[in-house]
Amino acid sequence: MYEGVVQDLIDELGQLPGVGPKGAQRIAFHLLTADPDDVRRLAATLIQVTEKVKFCRICGNVAENEECKVCRDTRRDPSVICVVEEPKDVAAIEKIREYRGRYHVLGGAISPIDGVGPDDLRIRELMTRLADGAVTEVILATDPNLEGEATATYLARLIKPLGVRVTRPASGLPVGGELEYADEVTLGRAFEGRRTLNV
Amino acid sequence: MHLARLALSDFRSYAAADIALTPGVTTFTGPNGAGKTNLIEAAGYLASFSSHRVSADAALIRSGAERAIVRGVVRTTDRDNLVEIELNAGRPKRVRLNRSPLSRPRDAIGVLRCVLFAPEDLAVVKGDPEQRRRYLDDLLVASRPRYAAIRSDYERVVKQRTALLKSARAAGRGDPPGLDIWDGQLVEHGAELTAGRLRLVAALRPLFAAAYAEVSADQRPAFASYRHGSERSGQRDPDPDPGKLADAMRESLHRLRRAELDRAVCLVGPHRDELELGIGELPARGYASHGESWSLALALRLAAFELLRADGDDPVLMLDDVFAELDAGRRERLAELASSAEQVLITAAVAADVPAALAGSSYSVAGGVISHA
Repeated sequence: MYEGVVQDLIDELGQLPGVGPKGAQRIAFHLLTADPDDVRRLAATLIQVTEKVKFCRICGNVAENEECKVCRDTRRDPSVICVVEEPKDVAAIEKIREYRGRYHVLGGAISPIDGVGPDDLRIRELMTRLADGAVTEVILATDPNLEGEATATYLARLIKPLGVRVTRPASGLPVGGELEYADEVTLGRAFEGRRTLNV
Repeated sequence: MHLARLALSDFRSYAAADIALTPGVTTFTGPNGAGKTNLIEAAGYLASFSSHRVSADAALIRSGAERAIVRGVVRTTDRDNLVEIELNAGRPKRVRLNRSPLSRPRDAIGVLRCVLFAPEDLAVVKGDPEQRRRYLDDLLVASRPRYAAIRSDYERVVKQRTALLKSARAAGRGDPPGLDIWDGQLVEHGAELTAGRLRLVAALRPLFAAAYAEVSADQRPAFASYRHGSERSGQRDPDPDPGKLADAMRESLHRLRRAELDRAVCLVGPHRDELELGIGELPARGYASHGESWSLALALRLAAFELLRADGDDPVLMLDDVFAELDAGRRERLAELASSAEQVLITAAVAADVPAALAGSSYSVAGGVISHA
């Protein structure tokens, strides 16, 4: 245990995801010996984040204004919506630079253990967006785990009756990887979803 | 395959131990509490990454130490593999295979395959159905590793669905939203797990009956059958087709919906099934004598040994303190079966309990020190 404010700092850092007690201590002592200007800039950024960043009123992604930059961009295709669990999933898909549709961030996945049911996710907002018939395809890009699959199935049953095409990204072997390193589940899925080669 | 070396640090009673092992029989003798079983437990841990005695790893770490390390060299015909496991109290274990760390410890399961028979196995015959389901699932994972994921997915679905039923009951409403989704997940993973268990039981049945006949010299045959649900009237040994199993599960879910909501328990699925064991016409639970139960428990492990052996390499056979419990006839017949295995590790309090047919290298264990006898 350290005195007063140093221990407070370690405790605060230790609550962050991916930071353990040892890591918290390391970061704390790094900050103590770092250039005060750097630390002040970090503190200012943290405050700005809490004050400035909002969630887009349309898709739920992080935004600096009422609407996020994808929703404001008129060049994006309004007929396709990609549904994801978290804003960081949007960032991951944006890196492909291929997807030109819009997004919808649910804010998590259905998980009764954690007390998260369909009503706790931004599903009503999604259904409102689909109501006018302008959207022709919904891509359900929730995580490929148990909770993500359950959420995708729930949404698919809700959306199908609207006559909108519902798709889900394929699961399978990582590109550039080696087959021997894939785990049994991934390999099993990849075998299920195998396709005919056109030669 | 065989275990060529076993090295421990801060594991159970051992601050440090390092023994070289050979194919054939190795016997560890010593007084009660000397640490014989700890050696078998460590060797078993290298194979299954779990202890046959306790569920929490913390109990395996020597008191006062921060971590325990178990190392083993597994020798097969064409190569040596070094498996190293570091156990930390309250943190996930770390595993290295041939000096490289594995991000998924599960990947090293199966490098060493073993069949361990211990006094605790009596509970597989006499205890709750859960014990027999665990026996089946552990063997299923050992023989077909992809079931490790199916089993853990299924267990998670049951937890999620139970949580949903509980919250619905607490809120005092009927069908909670999204219950049908978890029904679907339960059926999908449950049917697959059940199909795996049924195929396993079918393969195991003749091996189990043969092992029981050999060990016990009983004229009545032992039987094993897989039963749906906790009721005696449940269907026995259904068709292992996952599609048909899924249909049957859906039908049961529909029939038991009311009861599930009232009790907030998942009443349908392989977590409620039973592996029925018995001799002649009578079920083992409640009817078999102590000696008969021992023979049945031993026959289950020997059947597992034959099943794994049929896949290729001989698993290591470990017999922890079992000879003292068997009469002379059963001892001799077990010795005969065991002597065909590539490697057998045996513990006994008294060397005289081990039949002469299982003579091999022997160690004496006293106060955490292992020495050549």
